[in-house]
Amino acid sequence: MIERTPVLNLVTHLILLFGLAVAFVPMWLVFTASSLTIQEINAPPISFIPGDQLLVNLTAAWQRAELGTKLLNSLIVALAVATGKILIASLTAFALVYFRFPARMLIFWMIFATLMLPLEVRIVPTYAVAANALAPLQAILDVSGLSALWAYVTGVNLVMEWNLLNSYTGLILPLVATATGTFLFRQFYMTIPPEIVEAARMDGVGPLRFLRDMLIPLSRTNMAALFTIMFIYAWNQYLWPLLITTDRKGYGTAVMELKRLIPTASTTGGGTPEWNVAMAGCLIVMLPPLVIVALMQRYFVRGLIAADK
Amino acid sequence: MEHHAQFRTRWLVALLLAPQVLLVFTFFYWPAGAALFWAFTLEQPWGGGNAFVGFDNFTSLFADSFYWASVGRTIVFALASSCLAMGMALVLALFCDRQLRGYAYYRTALIWPYAVAAPAAAVAFRYVFAPEAGVFAGLNAMYPGLWNPAMSGTDAMIMIIIAYSWKFISYNFIFFLAGLQAIPRSLIEAAAMDGSGVLRRMRDIQLPLLTPTVFFLLVINITDSFVDSFGIIDITTEGGPAKATNLMVYKIYFDGFKGLDYSGAAAQSIVLMVLVMALTFVQFRYVERKIHYK
Repeated sequence: MIERTPVLNLVTHLILLFGLAVAFVPMWLVFTASSLTIQEINAPPISFIPGDQLLVNLTAAWQRAELGTKLLNSLIVALAVATGKILIASLTAFALVYFRFPARMLIFWMIFATLMLPLEVRIVPTYAVAANALAPLQAILDVSGLSALWAYVTGVNLVMEWNLLNSYTGLILPLVATATGTFLFRQFYMTIPPEIVEAARMDGVGPLRFLRDMLIPLSRTNMAALFTIMFIYAWNQYLWPLLITTDRKGYGTAVMELKRLIPTASTTGGGTPEWNVAMAGCLIVMLPPLVIVALMQRYFVRGLIAADK
Repeated sequence: MEHHAQFRTRWLVALLLAPQVLLVFTFFYWPAGAALFWAFTLEQPWGGGNAFVGFDNFTSLFADSFYWASVGRTIVFALASSCLAMGMALVLALFCDRQLRGYAYYRTALIWPYAVAAPAAAVAFRYVFAPEAGVFAGLNAMYPGLWNPAMSGTDAMIMIIIAYSWKFISYNFIFFLAGLQAIPRSLIEAAAMDGSGVLRRMRDIQLPLLTPTVFFLLVINITDSFVDSFGIIDITTEGGPAKATNLMVYKIYFDGFKGLDYSGAAAQSIVLMVLVMALTFVQFRYVERKIHYK
């Protein structure tokens, strides 16, 4: 559609440029700040022109926050969450959509009701579970009398313990547990015409063959979309890693480590705050998700719109 | 869903569902149950486990003026950040959807902030708003004490609202743009043929047709501001100064893990859970209607 609206076009561009400024000025300031010396950064006004200390500050931040290990941890967690999520979500949705069994709706609602319980609101008890992930099972066995029976028969008390604190399992499992991906896959399977599965059954195809030869090839795009949003979601986690890791050296993630770099009255000891190093660390930590979004933008937008609750 | 359900192999269903059901039970239902248990019991001072106390934890919570102050701040934060993030995103999406030259670049660039981790954004904004080095450093040198989030509660609140909204502008923008693109082009073209200008079409066609998206995003924005603000607060203000940014989610963490008051924290968790559930319920009902709208 072609309209001649020169003034409005100018206004449109100005508004959009303002939007770009809002989006990019903070990122640009992080970049310039991470390339200045400590004297330059503490001399107002704030500088929009980069200096020549970028590598020095990046190295300092890398060493001070031990970012090598932390980035590796973040990468392991993000990859594991994204793949685990795709695996579990696609299988669960497959069972819920393509199988007829009793209590199907009950299980369906049981899984989807969890969308209403974000980690933040059940944080204290979830932490308690993570200290011993088998506590729920133990409690059930105790109450049902099965552990008493076991003790009676074998003469050994049944004590189950599986501590998830300071482990990759602990960092990963609770993040995989959410129902977001299951919802996305369910929605997608529902859009596949039911005639396909009917035809497959008539040809004598079993469920696993159907999953392998029909559903998985069809859902490649959805898998890419889910992978992108889950990778970013897991990489950007803050509260859960903060709680589950007391051994920050071994299991800390990159995003949590940012807090250590912030200059405060206690860390600088009254000295000049090293914002340049903090910003260099910030730059390193925010880069990987940005790269993922830049490369997989199409899938990212798609996944975000399809998956949100 | 009924027509799709063609298979009946029971053992396979059990196998397929087991991982998700076990995870959901262990990390959602058990903790939620534990929160209920703690909320209605109190640990006895000399051991002996937890005693049932009925609604005592809630009564003392609701009698606590600190709690209500925290609720008030949470509401201010939720409304301010949602309005800021949605308002900016809506304007940007409306004008971006005109698809003038450079449209694809604007669209791409405006999506990027959503990929930045909230804590990373918080660190960045803490520097940008730092009284000694940030954008206000020049002004502060002229008028000492004009801006200092470490001393002034209002300044701190403004800082967390901006740091939090920054990322959500992108998020809302993606949804608004998708919503706008779902509006049939023919409607807009017809209006243009009738002689209505760009702004008139925005007001009379695009905005009314976008109301389902607006409503949907409003609920999501408010819910997320209740729970997602944790990282921002912990990095920038830690609830200070003088508890001025101690929102509900931060108070739960603080009372539970620093104060070790599990029962108090659990009661607060239950209140927040009920709030989030109520909002999600509204949204679920609304999503149903939104599908009809299309």
